[in-house]
Amino acid sequence: MSSFEVELHVNGARRQLDVKAEETLLDVLHDRMGMSDVRYGCGEGVCGTCTVLIDGDPVSACLLLAVQAAGRQITTVRGLEGSEPDGLHPLQRTMLQLGGSQCGFCTPGVILTAVSLGRRNPTASRHEIRHELVGNLCRCTGYTKIIDAIETYLGGLGAGTNDAH
Amino acid sequence: MASSPFEYLAASTFAEAIEALNQHGDEAVILAGGQSLVPMLNLRLVQPGIVIDINRVPNNGPVANGGWLRLPALTRHAAILSDPVIVGAAPLLVDAVRHVGNVRVRNRGTLGGSLAHADPTSEIGAAALCLGGEVVLTGASGSRTVPVDDLFVSYLTTSIAPGELLTEVRLPTSNGRTGVSFGEMVRRTSDFAIVAVAALVELDADASTVKRASVAVSGVSDRPRLADSSLLDGLIGQELPYSQLRSLGTAIAARFEPPDDVHASASYRLRLIEVLTARALHQAMDRARS
Repeated sequence: MSSFEVELHVNGARRQLDVKAEETLLDVLHDRMGMSDVRYGCGEGVCGTCTVLIDGDPVSACLLLAVQAAGRQITTVRGLEGSEPDGLHPLQRTMLQLGGSQCGFCTPGVILTAVSLGRRNPTASRHEIRHELVGNLCRCTGYTKIIDAIETYLGGLGAGTNDAH
Repeated sequence: MASSPFEYLAASTFAEAIEALNQHGDEAVILAGGQSLVPMLNLRLVQPGIVIDINRVPNNGPVANGGWLRLPALTRHAAILSDPVIVGAAPLLVDAVRHVGNVRVRNRGTLGGSLAHADPTSEIGAAALCLGGEVVLTGASGSRTVPVDDLFVSYLTTSIAPGELLTEVRLPTSNGRTGVSFGEMVRRTSDFAIVAVAALVELDADASTVKRASVAVSGVSDRPRLADSSLLDGLIGQELPYSQLRSLGTAIAARFEPPDDVHASASYRLRLIEVLTARALHQAMDRARS
């Protein structure tokens, strides 16, 4: 059984650890580093609850071996820089205000996917938002309010009233 | 579920990966984007002795010249959607990739990995077949070029020999008189296609008559398949034959025997081949004219 010493860069912090070849990034972040904001949903890359940003792009942590993530910039929802007084990211604030989160299980993945969309396409239409979020399943089925919140957040980016994170 | 244990090698060149493939034989699998392989590992549908990761092999980027677009096997789906060289030279591939997976799949998944996986519902497979694409298979003793039609054998099965690696994809580039179109039916965007159709129409120099037409279909067989070319050849020399496309779609569908399964009945799939083929040829002809 292979084991590798890797350095993971998670939310700006560096962490050295030994990982087994077959350990996924999700295994390491959730089970070994205790990051409850990165969640096991399906283990097949379909549901989006383990979404993390790798060098800024959304990736399924369940489908990336931890050893492959060595040296890359890994961002989870708690690593988003908040500009709100309470430390929340503007999209988190908007999700709260507009009821875009029910049980909350899918919420970190939804927020990371939407924040990444906002960086690449801040003028995304409602249709483009829905297309981008198709891989983030909400089993409370609260999609309308999720999309409302993202649309409002992106609208704020376009108007320059929010930061660009 | 979690994967069973395996050894891991991050190859820094294709040659190193091929050497390891030859050393480990059936025990080895190649890890490209991992969007199909890693789910299979997590479900223990595949339990390899060693995973050979080729993601660190340098990627030279796409090159278009001499009528061909040459794409490194590790070209990611997201790059296909954004790279100006690919967008200009292979619009059918771009249209197909818009239907592939979700944003996370497109950020990691690769062109070569998709073709080597040989899913019978593959959008990329249909596009590559329709265009008359080729793949380069490299082994210890050199490389060979294989048409995509000869790459696909059956369900998740290709003609890649033991010890060979798919290293490059080559697609004929669009010219000014070529129009393409891609369409599919899915229950939900990002799902596996129930039926997907890729079409290409090339008009002659004055854009009035058909010079060549090609259609490929996924989701209806054990592999992506070309539509019967003798039926499509009936369009050649005809002046913008829009009125024939629906009956041509029916004739093309009649050559398939799609499966009946939990996703769709055989008769529904036949209907989809008919309708999607007619629509795709119509749009391809429109685009070839403009």
